[in-house]
Order: sequence, then structure tokens, then C-alpha cells
Amino acid sequence: MNATLSTPSRPGWVEAVARTAAGIRLRVLEHTVAHNGGYLSQACSSAEILSTLYLKTLRLGPSRGPRIPPPFPGVPGPGNHDYATGGAYHGLPAPDLDRFFLSPAHYALILYAALVEAGRMDPEGLAQFNRDGSTVEMIGAEHSPGFEMMGGSLAQTLSQAAGIALARKRRGDTGRVWAFLSDGEFQEGQTWEVLQAAAHYRLDNLGVYVDVNGQQCDGRTRDVMGLDPLDARIEAFGARAVTVDGHDPEALDAPARLARDGRALVVLCATDPCRGVPLLEQRRPKLHYVRFASPAEREAYRQCYETMRDEASRG
Amino acid sequence: MDIRTKVHASNLVEWARHRPEVVVLSADLTGSTEIAEFQGAYPDRFFSMGIAEQNMISFAAGLAREGYVPLVHTFAVFIYRQALNQIVSSVAYSNLPVKFFGFLPGITTPGGATHQAIEDVAVMRAVPNMTVLETGDATEVETILDPVLAVDGPVYVRMLRGEIPRLFSPAEPFALDRVRTLSRGGDITLLSSGICTEEAMRAAEVLRARGVGVTHLHVSTHKPFGDPAILEALASARHGVVTMENHTIVGGLGSAVAEVMAEHGLGKRLVRVGLRDTFAHGGSRPYLMRKYGLDAMALVRSIGSLVGQDLGIQEEELEAVRLEAVHSLAKVEAL
Repeated sequence: MNATLSTPSRPGWVEAVARTAAGIRLRVLEHTVAHNGGYLSQACSSAEILSTLYLKTLRLGPSRGPRIPPPFPGVPGPGNHDYATGGAYHGLPAPDLDRFFLSPAHYALILYAALVEAGRMDPEGLAQFNRDGSTVEMIGAEHSPGFEMMGGSLAQTLSQAAGIALARKRRGDTGRVWAFLSDGEFQEGQTWEVLQAAAHYRLDNLGVYVDVNGQQCDGRTRDVMGLDPLDARIEAFGARAVTVDGHDPEALDAPARLARDGRALVVLCATDPCRGVPLLEQRRPKLHYVRFASPAEREAYRQCYETMRDEASRG
Repeated sequence: MDIRTKVHASNLVEWARHRPEVVVLSADLTGSTEIAEFQGAYPDRFFSMGIAEQNMISFAAGLAREGYVPLVHTFAVFIYRQALNQIVSSVAYSNLPVKFFGFLPGITTPGGATHQAIEDVAVMRAVPNMTVLETGDATEVETILDPVLAVDGPVYVRMLRGEIPRLFSPAEPFALDRVRTLSRGGDITLLSSGICTEEAMRAAEVLRARGVGVTHLHVSTHKPFGDPAILEALASARHGVVTMENHTIVGGLGSAVAEVMAEHGLGKRLVRVGLRDTFAHGGSRPYLMRKYGLDAMALVRSIGSLVGQDLGIQEEELEAVRLEAVHSLAKVEAL
């Protein structure tokens, strides 16, 4: 949808990120209208972050996951040899390749849409979203496409990623370990525990992209439990904080090109939770989960979807 | 009785020598959990994680995903009370081989209610994929590491430290999901765990002299709880069953035995000796064992109530019992 904004000086991948981000928003909006609810504002805020990561920043091998996600294989355990994580959609791990872990598991539909747009999963796989017996769960689990951990209880993914980063550092791997966090996770004590550990063990192979959308379940973050100044707090804990425009692909990718300096990298992506779907502005201050209040509201979003779809098809 | 000192400290160093995948994580209780010797021997496999147990446990999960076997050491309360969500969501769901060594079980510490792990077996038993073990003597502390490593998944160990008696022959190492049959008799079946077994052995000795036949099982695997010798012993008890644990009577050994009895329709009386749904407080071990009814005398009273008579046993008699390391009476094939 932003194709008309492009200029000849911008590299081709930036165009691709814009198209991918538009595709993510469109797919999540489609599901939200179809199912009368969804995590829509998170798609609006994070679409460029995930698109930039998958198309440009992350060094991942080709997907090894089934084009159509397999059914739920049962929970892990000593007797379940069929269990597989959703990490296959990020390719085979290798010493020189990156790993990527999305922490706020309620962003699952957005991650699935990103996998589709990045060519790592078939669009038909999304039809299984939130269906009984499917791995394409509403809150992503270890077996869901693109996931390798149980992130549903916030703040635990970054600690696990740090453990993986330490293991990879000991092995001499050159690939990096990336995590995607929501800003609300900085209200959890465990997030600060892991930052202090990352500083102690000088885990500069660990990088974090944070969707700073300023929104959480109860409303605006500044009203629920303020985090400012988040960058200064993170730096005080020994990590390197860089603030960028979370909708600008080149700005998003740039911090990953910085020479590593012994500190974990935290990219604070300033985002707009209504970006691309201005109708959402009417729902402020509560944007966490969209459940339509009336048939009229749902119809308005349906029309918004059709407009966006038509714009996308015109290219 | 043979008393051993700092058994885990030296044993762990020796055991880990040729196991490069084993790493140890500490939350600022390195000396207190007997891992300073490991740190000295293998500094590159020792990770100080600070007073931050939630991160330590999720971090350990990350190491486990990369092929390491993290042995998490701290006081038991700081594992299952401080970080249960991390145990469940980062470790247990994924069945990762993170091994938890929880020290200061029950009233073994004068540290009071904040330091006394009195409901850990109940909590950890309820977590799917979790194996729950408890050491009762020096032999078990020395020989538990192989079975812990062999379990495909997470393990929680109630660990002893400092001066520990040797109750069991070193020739009979810790065996997963196997009870030790310490005596046989037809009147009462007694199941004890952890530090309670020493007390129970004293009581059983004196009871035998009074003509009360006691089948005494020492339990060191709380979950799984599938040794057929348990059901066999429960079924054969003429007057009833007694459990004795350094733990609340809610959810631990007593509850596990009650579950087996009920599921098999064994209509017998069961007396659970343990902390009676109460917190304890700071004090010496003998004081706390007496105050909360965890000593041999309390057990004798319970058994007297089951057989329906005052057995006339005095404290001096119990204290005079001389204990030596025993061989299990269990059949060899049961090991």
C-alpha cells in the first residue's frame, strides 16, 4: 500500500518490506473481521519490524517446515517421539546462521502471516488458525509455526534466548540470537534479571527488537505502569539501547549492522498501534484485543479490509 | 552410625569429570549447596546467576536446548516457590533435561518458614513431565546422579547436605522408582522418606521387640510411584498403613500412598505422620521434629493408635537403638 511512497534511491528490499508489511496487516484484518476479534493493533505496530527481520536482518536457512502446518502432535514428553517444534520454519540451525524467537505469543497470527508473506508457509496454513486440533494456535506454543518455546507467560523467552546465546558463545558460533519482545514485558522483573545476566556474561551475540507501541491489555502503558525512560533504564542495566522508527525498514535494519561492543543490543522500535488501520483510533485507549461492539463496527472494518485488499491488488 | 560430611561436594566433582555436557548454575548459594568444589575444579562449567532464580531457570532451559545438562543448585524454596512458572513453561512443558537440586527440605534448617521447603513434593509432583526424588542418606546422595542424568526430562531432587548418616549399604545404589524394603512384618506397613527414615528405623526396631511386625519401606522416588513392592506391602498390612515424611501431609508421600490405596480399593486405615497442614518456625532439628511430631516417638504413638494399644515405649528406648547401614531385604530382581 505504500508503494507510491517509494523513491528510486531506496533499495529494492525496502519495497519488498513495505509490500510484506501491508500483506501482514491485510491478513490479520481479514481474520479479525471473519472471527469477530483478533490482535489487530499488534499487526499494525509490528508489521514492518517482522517484515524487516524476515526479509533483511535475520540470517536464516530456508524453511524446513511443512507448507501446511501439521496437526497437534501431543505435548512433549519422554514417550512422544513425534513432537517437533515450529522452529523448522526458520530453517536448519547452523553455527553461522541466526536464531529468532518471538516472545509475546499472542502475536502468533502476526507471526504466521509474516511466515506466509516471507514465503515460509502456505497461505492455506492460516485457515487452520485457532481450529481445534491444529498447531496454528491463537497463542503460539512450542509446536506452532515459527515458535520454539512457550512464550505465553511473558518474559521467559528472552532468558531462554540468553541461555542459548551463552551456549553459542562457548561454541564459537558466529550467528546471532535474536528475540522479539513487546514493551509491556519490561514490567516483568525477569526481563531485568536477564539483562543483568547478559551484561555479566557479555552476550553481545544477543539482540532484541522491542515493539514499543505503548499499549497493553488495560490501556496505555503510561497509565498502567510507566516505563520511561526505557532506553536509559536498559543502558543502566548494561545493554546497548538504540531507538528507531519502527515503521522505517532501513532504520530498523541499521542497528544490526553496528559493530558488536560486548553488550546485548536492544532496538526500541517506536510504533503506532493504529498504523495502516486508522479506524482503530476510535477504540483508544483500549487496543489490546479487538472485539467488535456492534454489527455496524464490524461492517466498517469489513469495508476497510476490502479497500486495503483492492489497493494491494492494484499494487 | 557412620556419619559422612559434604558428600555431594566431592562426589559431584568426581562424577562430572568426564561429563563435559554437565554445567552447574548457582544463585548466590555456592558454598551452601556444596558446589564450591565444582566451581574450583571446572570454572568454565560453573555459572553464577546471582539472586535471580526466575532468569536462572529459564536460562538453564536455553542451555539445555543447546545440548547441556544444567544442574540448578539453590535452596528448594527458591526453586519451586520463586520460579514455578519458569519451571513449568520454560522447562517442564518442553521436557528439557534441567535437573533441580533443592536443599533444606522441610525442618532441616533453623531458617524458619521462608527457608523450610514443606510443600515442594506436593507442588512438583503435580507438574507433568517432572520426576521427583528425595535423598535419605549418604549412599543415596552419592549415587543419585546417574539416575538423575538417565531420566529423559526434568528432575527435582530434595537434597541433603553437611553431615549425613549412612543408612544404606554403598553396594545398593539409588534406583529410580524402587523402594528399599528395610524390614518385613505383617501388622503395620510403614513408608518413610528423607530424614524421617532414620527415625522410622529406630521405631521399627523397638516395635519388633514388642511383637509388632512392621514392613518398612524407604521411598526415594516420589514420582513416578509405580514400584509393585508398594502395592504388595500396602495389601499385606493387617492393622493399617503409616506414612512419615518431612513435609506437609497434604500432597506428599502420605497423599501418594492414599491415592494408591484408594485406586486399588484397599479399605484400610492410613495415618499420615508429617507437618499437619502448618508452617513451622526457626529452631534446631531435634526441637522441630519433636514439636511438629516428626520423630520416632510420634511415630510410635501413631502405630499404637493403629494396633489399638499403648505399646509402653519410652524415649530412652528409642534413643538407645544403634543403627548400622543396612542391606535392603528386597529381592535382587526388584533392584
